Amino acid sequence: MYPAYMEESIKRLEASRSQRLNETLRRLSDDEKKPLLEACHPDFIAEGMRDLAVGANKGIPTPHEMADVLEGNSRINPARIDLGKVDYDVDVLIIGGGGAGVSAALLAEENGAKVLLATKLRLGDANTVGAQAGTQAADRPEDSPVTHYIDTMGGGHYANIPELVEALVKDAPSVIKWLEKLGVNWDKNPDGSMHELSGGGASRLRLHSARDYTGLEEMRVLRDELRNRQIAHIEFSPAIELILDDRGQVAGALLLNLETNDIAVVKAKAVILATGGMGRLHIQGFPTTNHYGATADGLVLAYRAGAEMLYIDTMQYHPTGAAYPVQILGQLVTEKVRTLGAQLVNSDGSQFIMPLEPRDVVAAAIIRECKDRDKGIRTATGEVGVWLDSPMIDVIRGEGTVARELPAMVRQFANYGINISKEPMLVYPTLHYQNGGIKIDADGATTVPGLFAAGECMGGVHGRNRLIGNSTLDIFVFGRRTGKAAARWSREVTPGKMSLEHVRKWQEALEEADLNHSRPASPLLLPDYARKGPDYMPDNSRDLLPPARIRTA
Amino acid sequence: MTDQNGMIDIHVMGKQYKVPEGLTILTAMEYCGYRITRGCGCRAGFCGACATIYNLKDDPQLKYALACQKTVEPDMYLVQIPFFPARKAIYDLEKLHPEGEQVLALYPDLIKCFGCNNCTKTCPQEMEVMWYMSDALRGDIMEVANKSFDCVMCGLCAARCPQGLAHYNIALLCRRLYGRFLAPNSQHLDDRIAEIEAGRYDAELEKLRTMDGAELRRLYAQRDIEPAY
Repeated sequence: MYPAYMEESIKRLEASRSQRLNETLRRLSDDEKKPLLEACHPDFIAEGMRDLAVGANKGIPTPHEMADVLEGNSRINPARIDLGKVDYDVDVLIIGGGGAGVSAALLAEENGAKVLLATKLRLGDANTVGAQAGTQAADRPEDSPVTHYIDTMGGGHYANIPELVEALVKDAPSVIKWLEKLGVNWDKNPDGSMHELSGGGASRLRLHSARDYTGLEEMRVLRDELRNRQIAHIEFSPAIELILDDRGQVAGALLLNLETNDIAVVKAKAVILATGGMGRLHIQGFPTTNHYGATADGLVLAYRAGAEMLYIDTMQYHPTGAAYPVQILGQLVTEKVRTLGAQLVNSDGSQFIMPLEPRDVVAAAIIRECKDRDKGIRTATGEVGVWLDSPMIDVIRGEGTVARELPAMVRQFANYGINISKEPMLVYPTLHYQNGGIKIDADGATTVPGLFAAGECMGGVHGRNRLIGNSTLDIFVFGRRTGKAAARWSREVTPGKMSLEHVRKWQEALEEADLNHSRPASPLLLPDYARKGPDYMPDNSRDLLPPARIRTA
Repeated sequence: MTDQNGMIDIHVMGKQYKVPEGLTILTAMEYCGYRITRGCGCRAGFCGACATIYNLKDDPQLKYALACQKTVEPDMYLVQIPFFPARKAIYDLEKLHPEGEQVLALYPDLIKCFGCNNCTKTCPQEMEVMWYMSDALRGDIMEVANKSFDCVMCGLCAARCPQGLAHYNIALLCRRLYGRFLAPNSQHLDDRIAEIEAGRYDAELEKLRTMDGAELRRLYAQRDIEPAY
């Protein structure tokens, strides 16, 4: 049930449904997309960006919130850390326990390396579990890796690194098989063929799903496999600094025990960053779909160690975050809803964009509808959104499809008394994904010797806009590749003397640029959502957040 | 009760706080001033990190929720269970067979279930946990896989089981057995992998990789698009 003030616009939506069932809006050409994106996509808001003042990407425009942590102060004083006291001595250290990190750990171990995986929250607490719609892989006879390549390049505005996209599309079918052999339950037709769906920007039905719990299903299987193989892993222990050696190679990391504040020294011949994305930085004030620990830590560690970043000025705003009810504000309404046939509808009951355009285009169109054309629907808490007409799915595909294909969405909205097979969902773009990240090659190697990156923290695969189902693919493709490559590197490398000299130099550079007093300590580790009490501390002006401003679902 | 400012009383581990109505348990705790390390993950109902037990002042009956999904109620007394020491069997999936005896051998406690149904009553996903435990006991692995599919592995079932079962790990074993051994094979997937390994697409991909931008844009604009349904 929606509140009475929304009923009128829901009636208009219901009245236009039969006409819309036969109405297919045309896809926009590249020339038509450009002005829409430039006018309405948050990436093009110049005031949201500034040029980085220090580091390998100095002079490159970056969102303020990301620039703040990249230009941040180290959490340690390198002079006080004793690198002679090594707590863990391994071949390959993996930082991050999501889909990419665990895949890398499994492959590094298979390739003979002694592995340690460290993660900030629990094993598997990562954006992987929140991925609902599916994983792309061109495995149907009507499809091919070549078509997958073209779709991905076009979706990324041709900025993608070709070698990385080739790796992505060629490895995709074997990733699906690998996951199945580990016990992932894919949605299948009775004859055994995969039940595949379309997705925004994809020209073939190519999404492999596990109901709308795809990422959860992938993650719980991989996590179980890591435990079965008894691969060493430490929870609640994020890395706060990388260790290099006197040859400029990576040599380990410092881990912080979040519960005791102890620091552990890990000596490693290779390090894989699999720390995920940045949603909890709330770029441009957007709410986010991301998990609690998504604070771009890996980018900070790598940047301080001298690694180059690619396309960190471009973020993905998922077109359909929940705009109502406020308890789930900004949480993901999976693209699978549109994939199954739901249209986007404004307050007049009209469609305004072909619902399966790439995500940046759909997000920009929703923002235009709400901000420029004033055809959004306002909520009592001051949010605005457009309708996602989920009841269409059962009309098109038969009664019961919504319940069968979207159990997580049904459950989430039923909590608040909304039956999405009968009532639409109110949606607005939400901060979802970091399109760019640490620059890598096809083995996941960064520009720092011995340092690898996989998953959302890497950049280049997706160009300037990622397609649906290509991230739950890249975590496995590049997780596996880095695991293998890091194990090989650890066999061949001649380690030097461990050092935190780069951290000392970084602080020096910050002081020279006069930034050390104005920048936060980073990596951020966790967002601070705790409401601050009245200010009784000297020199400490903290805001009291009124409830209406809590946008942290 | 809600007061005139829209505030309600809740009790976090026995301590009383006033919070605005309409918050989730998770955001209400943050409103109280807690900065959470354990007991918070995806914040969207998928990861199972924020398992919470609560009851109400005048109703001693225990209730169960994910803190990120449940709206606070007046006079709620709550505690989070961010970790529970349920047993996980260690196994090599490749050496198993998709049979009930296998499940029992790895999780012999399963036979101790006496049907109290606490697990089902506890499940914040509202799944029929006890039913799929009895399916597991009967060796019906496909039914366990199907019925347990929406499990977020929060651990509340295990926390409330008087017999010490690790329901969510048992269900995971069954789903893995189903996916690995019982799901019908996808021949088209095997065929495509063989084609890729034989180098069938290498020349075309090489051409695309080295193609100039204008040509690639033309190919993208001219793609034929398969209907979504």
